[in-house]
Amino acid sequence: MSDESRAERESRKTRTGSDGQERPVSDEIETDSDIETAIRENEPALITYITAGDPSLEDTKEYVEALDRGGSDLIELGLPFSEPIAEGPTIQAAINRALDAGTTPEGFFDLVDDLETEAPLLVMTYYNMILQYGDEADVRPFVERAAEAGLSGLIIPDLPAEEADPLREACDEHGLDLVFIVAPTTEGERLETIMSQVSGFAYVQARLGTTGARANVSGATHDSLTRLSEYDVPKAVGFGVSEGDHAAEIIEAGADGVIVGSALVDIIADSEETTEGVDRLEAKAAELKRGARRGAGEAVDAEDVPEPEQP
Amino acid sequence: MSKTTPDHDRDRNRERDSEATFGDYGGQYVPEALMPALQELEDAYERYVLNNEDGFMDEFRERMRDFGGRPTPLQRADRLSERYDREIYLKREDLVHGGAHKLNNALGQVLLAKYMGKERIIAETGAGQHGTATAMAAAHLDMPCEIYMGRTDINRQRPNVYRMRMNGAAVNPVTAGSGTLKEAINETMRDWATTVETTHYVIGSVVGPHPFPKMVRDFQAVISQEAREQIQDQAGRLPDTVVACAGGGSNTMGTFHEFVPDEDVDLVAVEAGGSSLEIDEEANLAPNSATLSTGTDGVLHGAMTKLLQSGDGQIVESHSVSAGLDYAGVGPELSHLVATDRVTPVSVDDDAALNGFHRLSNLEGIIPALESSHAIGYVEKYTDDLGDLVVVNVSGRGDKDLETVLEETEKRDLEAAPDVEVFEQ
Repeated sequence: MSDESRAERESRKTRTGSDGQERPVSDEIETDSDIETAIRENEPALITYITAGDPSLEDTKEYVEALDRGGSDLIELGLPFSEPIAEGPTIQAAINRALDAGTTPEGFFDLVDDLETEAPLLVMTYYNMILQYGDEADVRPFVERAAEAGLSGLIIPDLPAEEADPLREACDEHGLDLVFIVAPTTEGERLETIMSQVSGFAYVQARLGTTGARANVSGATHDSLTRLSEYDVPKAVGFGVSEGDHAAEIIEAGADGVIVGSALVDIIADSEETTEGVDRLEAKAAELKRGARRGAGEAVDAEDVPEPEQP
Repeated sequence: MSKTTPDHDRDRNRERDSEATFGDYGGQYVPEALMPALQELEDAYERYVLNNEDGFMDEFRERMRDFGGRPTPLQRADRLSERYDREIYLKREDLVHGGAHKLNNALGQVLLAKYMGKERIIAETGAGQHGTATAMAAAHLDMPCEIYMGRTDINRQRPNVYRMRMNGAAVNPVTAGSGTLKEAINETMRDWATTVETTHYVIGSVVGPHPFPKMVRDFQAVISQEAREQIQDQAGRLPDTVVACAGGGSNTMGTFHEFVPDEDVDLVAVEAGGSSLEIDEEANLAPNSATLSTGTDGVLHGAMTKLLQSGDGQIVESHSVSAGLDYAGVGPELSHLVATDRVTPVSVDDDAALNGFHRLSNLEGIIPALESSHAIGYVEKYTDDLGDLVVVNVSGRGDKDLETVLEETEKRDLEAAPDVEVFEQ
């Protein structure tokens, strides 16, 4: 990741509070992470996901750069694990392609070393992958390597807050965010616990079930955002988002960002050439970003972001 | 925004740890959507199972007696005793309704789901014994039921697939990966993550997130409760050795649980050595399911436990001639008992298991499941490692395995096998 982009972000001196007022940067705000800053300053934010190594790490580099150009404010990169129990068929298939292509944690980190994006990068993987990096079952070697490669945070779908102490401590030490998922079933005391531990942003799961593009936005999204409205933590909604109109609806419902994965993975799977995939990913990111901005009530300048590709 | 955990939260976490884990193993590593369901289940487990609220355990025991056929006998195996020159007793879980120990847990959980007001049952199955038991329990208690089963396992365990369907359960084939138990568990967890508010997932072994390993063990502990009393009545003392096969570990924990405090009793867990104990990382394959003997610590399907995995942390495909042992993980409590030297993990290969199958069939008139055949195979092959008084758990009956046994026996030269050509006539 480019140091320049991080420095640029850090040099900005105001942010918009939850009441809509511009406020000068205080000491507290200076400690905001890359991720939180990226969301707050680009509200509404677009967070995109693809699986590293699908269909190869070389292609992933081009795809990530396309998503960055298309308007992603954060990019999640999946480090493939053989038993992705929180994923639907689309991402599971991408993970299988990546594993078949021989994707390893070392290859993944080498890719991140090479990437130069405006958007901060997060790794999304499963807890066993974190534990096994290094010589013995310990989370620290992974976190150290992630920090060295310039990653800004981690999302671990099978690590609930109850089990997260060791990883959170290691992330705190290295200045990485640990993003937690808030599900439609998360309420009451559990919600309090998670919100007191989350950093970067709260990943709001739009519906029960696994990841995967859907035709509409779930009613559970609105309920979840209402439950979370009192917490001053950026909220981004994922699971099932695939179109600009979904993005608009989610932002309109009060989210600070939208997260899109399976719809992008579908594009990669469908593209016959890498160049085709690159063009379509860039255009899709732009469509989603435009949708998000429309949801925030912003006039979307046609020249501001690339037009989607005509079929 | 605070990024450190307040002290009171850490204290609460520590307190919770002691309940959710066995030493370094166990825990709850699941998607957030499932956590409230696990809390609900913990609460129900404590109220109904541990405290017998609303007479739950009384009803469970009564149904296990009348519907399930408990208690099962502890049978002195005269000809095996003679052959091995020591006292061999068989705990006959093959005589439980459905033909395997699996009903103890399935009936317990389906009944619990009913007490909890759940509307639908889902389960995964490897050999089909757990699926069969769950389908029977669901039919018995009038609950809709869906079973996930790997495509490979469906092909090698047809009779059980028929039985599940006869009992009204839907059987959903899982084609991912090698189409065995590991993939079936992944798929069932995905279903559960979608339907968690109305559905109970009947996990089939002492695996998965807390409270499953403890709850399943408690439902299966009836095996050792009976066996411990029976051996004292019949032989006048506690056994020197208790032997049980270990896949996920439900019959192992059930058979060992009451003997764990009896430190003079050796507890031997027999794993599937398959065709080799080495992991082939290139092929992403362990040609065995000997997780306790050869696995390393990691997180799979909701728990920290011993796993068959590559150096990078990818779970490898396991193998056993017995579908019911073919799993790359094992229960966290067993991992802990092995780590603290209370349980001795051993393994025998496919050949020894098949030999055990034929030995018990020939000598005692009992056709054991291929899972249980590993325990018999161990007794045959390592007789000298056993004490004078031995209890072996026969976890299930082998009707479901006959086709596999014939096919596999034909490929091998086994001492105890009959002439399998006669079956072709």
